[in-house]
Amino acid sequence: MQRIGVFVCHCGTNIAATVDVKAVAEAMKNEPGVVFSVDYQYMCSEAGQNLIQDTIKEQKLTGVVVCSCSPRMHEATFRKAAAKAGINSYMVEIANIREQCSWIHKDIMTATEKAIILARTAVAKVQLNAPLTPGESPVTKRALVIGGGIAGIQTALDIAEAGFDVDIVEKQPTIGGKMTQIDKTFPTLDCAACILTPKMVDCAQNEKIHIYAYSEVESVSGFVGNFTVKIKKKARYVDTTKCTGCGICTEKCPKKSVPNEFNLGMDNRRAIYIPFAQAVPKVATIDADNCNMLKNGKCGVCAKVCTAGAIDYKQQDEIIEEQYGAIVAATGYNPISLEKYDEFAYSQSKDVVTSLEFERLTNAAGPTSGQLLRPSDGKHPHTIVFVQCVGSRDTSGCGKEYCSKICCMYTAKHAMLTREKYPDTDVYVFYIDVRTPGKLFDEFYRRAVEQYGVHYIKGMVGKVAPRADGKLLVQASDLIANEQLHIEADMVVLAAAIEPDKSARSIATMLTASMDTNDFFTEAHPKLRPVESPTAGVFLSGVCQGPKDIPETVSQASAAAAKVIGLLSKDKLTCNPCVAHSDELMCNGCSACEKVCPYGAITYSDKEFRQPDRTVAIRRVASVNEAVCQGCGACTVACPSGAMDLKGFSNKQIMAEVDAICK
Amino acid sequence: MQEQTVKRALELLADGTVNRVLGWKTGEFAYDTTPAVFTSAEEVEKSFIYNDFCGPNLSKYLIKESRKEGKILVFLKPCDTYSFNQLCKEHRLIRENIYVIGVPCTGKVSAEKIKSSGIKGITGMESDGENVTVHTLYGDSTVKKSDAMGAKCSTCKSKKHVAFDELIGEDGEVNNDNARFEMVEKLEAMSADERYEFWRGELSKCIRCNACRNVCPACSCENCVFDNPESGIQQRAAVNSFEENMFHLIRAFHVAGRCTDCGECSRVCPQNIPLHLLNRKYIKDINEFYGDYQAGADLDTRPPLNAYTFDDCEPSIVYKKGGNE
Repeated sequence: MQRIGVFVCHCGTNIAATVDVKAVAEAMKNEPGVVFSVDYQYMCSEAGQNLIQDTIKEQKLTGVVVCSCSPRMHEATFRKAAAKAGINSYMVEIANIREQCSWIHKDIMTATEKAIILARTAVAKVQLNAPLTPGESPVTKRALVIGGGIAGIQTALDIAEAGFDVDIVEKQPTIGGKMTQIDKTFPTLDCAACILTPKMVDCAQNEKIHIYAYSEVESVSGFVGNFTVKIKKKARYVDTTKCTGCGICTEKCPKKSVPNEFNLGMDNRRAIYIPFAQAVPKVATIDADNCNMLKNGKCGVCAKVCTAGAIDYKQQDEIIEEQYGAIVAATGYNPISLEKYDEFAYSQSKDVVTSLEFERLTNAAGPTSGQLLRPSDGKHPHTIVFVQCVGSRDTSGCGKEYCSKICCMYTAKHAMLTREKYPDTDVYVFYIDVRTPGKLFDEFYRRAVEQYGVHYIKGMVGKVAPRADGKLLVQASDLIANEQLHIEADMVVLAAAIEPDKSARSIATMLTASMDTNDFFTEAHPKLRPVESPTAGVFLSGVCQGPKDIPETVSQASAAAAKVIGLLSKDKLTCNPCVAHSDELMCNGCSACEKVCPYGAITYSDKEFRQPDRTVAIRRVASVNEAVCQGCGACTVACPSGAMDLKGFSNKQIMAEVDAICK
Repeated sequence: MQEQTVKRALELLADGTVNRVLGWKTGEFAYDTTPAVFTSAEEVEKSFIYNDFCGPNLSKYLIKESRKEGKILVFLKPCDTYSFNQLCKEHRLIRENIYVIGVPCTGKVSAEKIKSSGIKGITGMESDGENVTVHTLYGDSTVKKSDAMGAKCSTCKSKKHVAFDELIGEDGEVNNDNARFEMVEKLEAMSADERYEFWRGELSKCIRCNACRNVCPACSCENCVFDNPESGIQQRAAVNSFEENMFHLIRAFHVAGRCTDCGECSRVCPQNIPLHLLNRKYIKDINEFYGDYQAGADLDTRPPLNAYTFDDCEPSIVYKKGGNE
């Protein structure tokens, strides 16, 4: 029989205001096996922990139940405390009476009743707890960064700086991400390329960094410290070891009319291309969908002009398998599709552009060589209307409910730069609110209004109607002046909401990392563990976790790197002892568990068993590699015979908990 | 058919390919066949039969038989080969110790079905493939074979053998008309109360004889949860009506995704409980949620309940479809 002590925490008033903690402690005194029950103001304080330790010694406790906050907060604290007092740390159970009780109930009666049930359930479980001893597993000292934008680049550089090998997987032919398409960066207006491309080059030249460009993650298995990742290197049809990046092929290729994704389709590239001059790696890529040679075997110009002999029309996708200790998701974002916002005439007029397209139109490497010209007729626009929150803060169901965070600042930047370069241009910005919380941000915005005379109008644009004479008739409301506005504009720029890259969901599934309803990765804790995913060994960098600007992305990228470095500098990790084990006498060898195990922890072997009739039978039975098992429990539900069970969460313990709840 | 099967059994015994034959022999009554292992040519010649009364699925017997010395010959009807495959897939059979001859089947006659049509005092039966002549204490009567087949055969799922070493006769086709789900659809259309009444009416007849479990090829655990004192649910079926229901529901859940719909559970039930309807409901649901899946149709596909794919339907849809309200 266990000797169980129950400790009920007030958590100041967090619990005590809604749960009658004394009643809970009193009720637990009558539970079987409970020899001591008490309430205390802050169980996690030093005095609280001392109370647990002293009671373990005085009362000779064999099991401890702490009724407090979520086990995610303080389970480790209380386990350590119990271990110091001489009992196995896995003899401690937490009843979560804060997040799952006091915080979500208003009525003291019902909350107290529920807290008693939760406490009773934990007591029922601890009755069946057994001491567990954790093992150890080694750490592969190499990190994988998925995504080669500014977030992935910064994370990789910092990890490499600490002396660890790191690989970047980027699905585009070059690293650099969205930042390569941006012209200037707020709030200091440095040129994006000038500050980004040196970092790209650093990545390429760093011996510790390996770039898998034009590659995708195919599958991920394993667990923290020991991930196995398959990477698909897509065929470029160019031998990257031979290509010198001279670019002759990209000039001679006869297929001239492929929309150039780097300039968002506003000009054309060839079927063989290098995305931009500072691409890393600077090698050509053949776009198989548009190459005549690959499509029907007629052409071969690029192979003829290539002096390095780098063209290889027979190249195939290649799968590479690598081991990693840690994985960083840095999958980035895209502007949303504007097809549901037809009132802004994006699909009807070339002169209605997104903000990212506007970046290209003002960039020296863009389709207009940096001259701000209307896409429709190449004339200089004299009136430009910027519309903010297109698809952001949208509760109509068409767009995103969240704030995309970067649009207020880049719109202020666009407006300011337009006024500076073309003082004869009238610039209007329609906004719901202007949000500028950041260092030097509000000063920046005020400069746009006060110094550059940008017309900021609180209100939303209702409709953009293209007129036959090429003008765009913008109908809008000015909420402060309370009047309708009709503006004849030459261009309209839409600050489209941003959303996580579409690849993020499948990567999250491979990583078993969780996502929120908007497909942003979720953090292990929104405040205290913001760069870790709840899945051990998986870290988050950049917009894949939530909208953020470049300064914030870079800080988060370095934070994620710090977490990775902390992990990789360990030689061994303590394993979770709550792992599966197979009862060989029950196992019928069906392999159901082996098939569902995401970690490959289960193997089968033929073993001899003495039968009741004294004969010996050879049976195929499962065994679990405890160093590989992560205790997910998939096998325990797949097993038709009930032979698989999880230590610390046995079927019996769970049934005892259910019985305690239903009592 | 009888002659061909006996001929091949004798040949394979004679040339040493196998040392035993698993087949059928006549049981207590002429129409009541029973599985049997024959160890000599004499035994085969004396009592081996294969006719329209050979309903039993022999696959499950191979779990024990394939672990014995030497190779065994087994005769499998098309639907039995699905169970055979499923058992192979679950590593329950030692395939190299088995020689499979696929035998054709046009549906098996069910004495229970004939009795339920009001014919009493049966002393014997014969079938010519079209009609069944029933000898009774009160004289002979003739029943069309199509009216004399049990639930298992009247909605046959396949005439195609999915596993064999050799075939006797020509192989048939898989039947995809989904007629086997008609009764399930009727039950689904009932209100929750009506459905409960239906199942209470059926399951209350259960005498806990365990015949369904013992005959089921998917029920091949070393130690059944219902017999395992560690499981906390052992020997509970007789306790009350709730436990009685749960015995059958838990059993159906345990074989979900692995049940090939061989129909043996209903065939052997001495109380004539249509247990196969529980399994068919799960099969129908699995097909609707995850795409058509036939357990035992092959050796390599992953059963939907043990596999995860990106296009699996969301749990909320399962809930929505499953919920009555």
